[in-house]
Amino acid sequence: MTLVQVAALAALAAAARFSGSLERPAVRTWILCLSSALVLFLLQPVTGVRQLDYWLPLGTLLMCGAVWAITRPAAQGLAREDTVTATAVAALCVAVSLTRYLAPELRFSTGRAPPSEIVALVLAIFAGLMALTLRHKGRDLGSLPAVLAVLALFILLKTDALATLASSAVRGLTGQDTTLASSSDLRWLGFSYIAFRLLHALFEFRNGKMPALTLREFLAWVIFFPALVAGPIDRAARFSQDLRAPLAPADTDLRAGIGRIASGLAKKFVVADSLALFCLNEMNAAQVNSTVWLWILLYAYALRLYLDFSGYTDLAIGIGNLFGVRLPENFNAPYLKPNLTQFWNSWHMSLAQWFRAHFFNPATRALRASPRNLPPALIILITQLATMLLIGAWHGLSAGFLIWGFWHGAGLFVHNRWAEWMRPRMAALAPTPRTAHVLQVAGAVLTLHYVALGWVWFAIASPQLSWSVMLRLWALA
Amino acid sequence: MTTNPTVQLQRAGARTLARLLLKTGVLFLILNLLFAWSNPLPALGRISAYNNLLPGRTRLPYGENPARAYNLSLYSLPAMLASHELAAAPVPVSASEFRVVVIGDSSVWGYLLPSADTLTAQLNRSNTTMPDGRLLRAYNLGYPVMSLTKDLLLLDMARSFTPDLVVWCVTLESFPTDKQLFPPLLQNNPDAVRALAARYALRTAVDDARFVQRDFLARTLLGQRRNLADLLRLQLYAPLWAATAIDQEIPETYVRRMEDLPADLTFAGFTPGTLTQQDLAFDVLAAGIEAARPAELLLVNEPMFVSAGANSNLRYNFFYPRWAYDQYRSWLADAARENNWRYVDWWDAVAAAEFTDSAVHMSPAGTGQLANKLAAALVTAAASPH
Repeated sequence: MTLVQVAALAALAAAARFSGSLERPAVRTWILCLSSALVLFLLQPVTGVRQLDYWLPLGTLLMCGAVWAITRPAAQGLAREDTVTATAVAALCVAVSLTRYLAPELRFSTGRAPPSEIVALVLAIFAGLMALTLRHKGRDLGSLPAVLAVLALFILLKTDALATLASSAVRGLTGQDTTLASSSDLRWLGFSYIAFRLLHALFEFRNGKMPALTLREFLAWVIFFPALVAGPIDRAARFSQDLRAPLAPADTDLRAGIGRIASGLAKKFVVADSLALFCLNEMNAAQVNSTVWLWILLYAYALRLYLDFSGYTDLAIGIGNLFGVRLPENFNAPYLKPNLTQFWNSWHMSLAQWFRAHFFNPATRALRASPRNLPPALIILITQLATMLLIGAWHGLSAGFLIWGFWHGAGLFVHNRWAEWMRPRMAALAPTPRTAHVLQVAGAVLTLHYVALGWVWFAIASPQLSWSVMLRLWALA
Repeated sequence: MTTNPTVQLQRAGARTLARLLLKTGVLFLILNLLFAWSNPLPALGRISAYNNLLPGRTRLPYGENPARAYNLSLYSLPAMLASHELAAAPVPVSASEFRVVVIGDSSVWGYLLPSADTLTAQLNRSNTTMPDGRLLRAYNLGYPVMSLTKDLLLLDMARSFTPDLVVWCVTLESFPTDKQLFPPLLQNNPDAVRALAARYALRTAVDDARFVQRDFLARTLLGQRRNLADLLRLQLYAPLWAATAIDQEIPETYVRRMEDLPADLTFAGFTPGTLTQQDLAFDVLAAGIEAARPAELLLVNEPMFVSAGANSNLRYNFFYPRWAYDQYRSWLADAARENNWRYVDWWDAVAAAEFTDSAVHMSPAGTGQLANKLAAALVTAAASPH
């Protein structure tokens, strides 16, 4: 998001709050649902494929509609308000496509939208399919295929070769030059976060924990615009509580919201964007002529990544506050944590919690229940490595991200074993508060450097270059 | 008056927001007024990480692709100079240093050359000892646009660093009078150019429409945000300059200088017989030689590519038809003789194969050939001052 976009969205939130229109939960949900749907179109990056910058946001809305239909409680019939919401969102999509006839600066989609009659046809076909799904709602026929479909789409978008192949196919359909196909053609606004919210809904539904949400509430949760670009990944049950609860005093939300927005602006647009000019990257990694400078650039990268990401989180939480939504925290001073486990309890917390809830804990339970009687250490090794590899893959299915995931999985396992080994010894030693503090600081320094070294794999796509940087950091090459 | 607590809280929130907006607005207005009134940009430009925290640049900031060059073009002369290693050079010059400042166009700046291969870098690498035992130390004040007035501006800035000798590399393309104010660097520094014009009685039009005149709004913080951001970005690229010694994006391949030339006899709009000495900025040249004093100035007609391709009987290269360049050389030699200027004409001193993407940009080897000749000429000049 640009500074102007952030300012416009914050102003929209403040205006909505002080117009008094957010007081009634139903109206608040309407505003959040429709404004978020509109922002989906407005913020979608331009792609190299004709009209795709319209179809991708529309695809997001259709996916949300499908998953909502699948995850609704079986006994619940189609309420009138859901029909009204679906009609309003469909009308909004058609209205956005109608702006294709306006001058580019007046359009609501970044490129030129497809003809409205085609949009209307697609929406009608989708509505028909949804009606069929809802008619057979007695049994869960759709949640597993939906999980697989979202995962397949996720893998397709996150794998460079597959995304390029898909881009080539789409370019073929639109009559564009397929030799120019690139994975960047499929830049889909917020897909990583939207997909994980949809998966959360599907998993919760399969576990019988998904709250009953209206279509409007479901859309407001999945595409809540402040959290589109960089999360956090909120849980449906928590988010819907906020939607239904009375608003806190405006004064309180305003102080909290504006403070967070100011903090986010400073972190992201002042410090992180400045650090971005000279932090470690693919290009300068090969050009730096000394080990000391390589370390400085790596520290700059680590700081920039944190400030950029946590700055976006501050903006999301701040704008959320103005709407009366308390998004979960995503960061809690991660670089000051004394060990890697605590680091992962305070870095991108909502993603880590998602994986803990939907993968790590179920996988650990399954392995413990396994008749093979696996040793606990092996179970920890398998689950931690697998979880961190998946978190790496969430960023992109490339060697660099997978090695980064492995780096952290291995680090978490080593820390787990070390902590186990040290526990009785520390109890016997009974360190003084001063010694404990020194150990804490030493742990923080060690953890920070382990994490910073891990960023080498994250920042540089080529594992060969990353390895070379690793060696040069230790003056070994 | 309502007693509804929700409405009261709503109003309290609105009042808080209004107060906040008012305070922010007033503070922003005051900052803008102060900025426009005090014009702090030149002073801010002098505050630099270069030469203080990190090494100074060996050539002036110039960059077409900052993200890859770790360098950028900006209009603040104080900031440009503050980032240059010359800004940290001791004044007075140490007893062991023979200080030479080289000014000129992109060939001196070193377009397509790494910072280690520029003319001044190769001069310094030659470890030339002057007749009085001092070691030659050359500073690169070239800048990649062609205008003698731009050179004069930079030469004027260099005076405070008391060079022993100034080398001024020139070529005909920098001479046309109507091209003098073409560089944006000059257009954005109208006061400095006007001061030069007044001091040296130049023919430069002081009311030229290309000069950027800032009204009050353009002088505010809001109006100057781009220039302010440029100052900051120049500082932020300092670590990468220090870490990589890269200050220019040098592509692996580029379009070579044109070998086969068009059958075109015009130069800068002039046809044979229409160019007069008045059309060339010899007044600026004379001003530069005056400005350099008490240092001596060595005027160099810089090497250029001489084509042997199609129509090379009409033109030397893409820049120059033969008639115009021959006339220029003749006038320059006459002016040097009449005014007793120290002048060398090295127009064909470098082999054609050593020119890269233009008629004046040279390869490291070509630049080395020029550096060798220049080092010898500097020793001669130091041995026999005018």
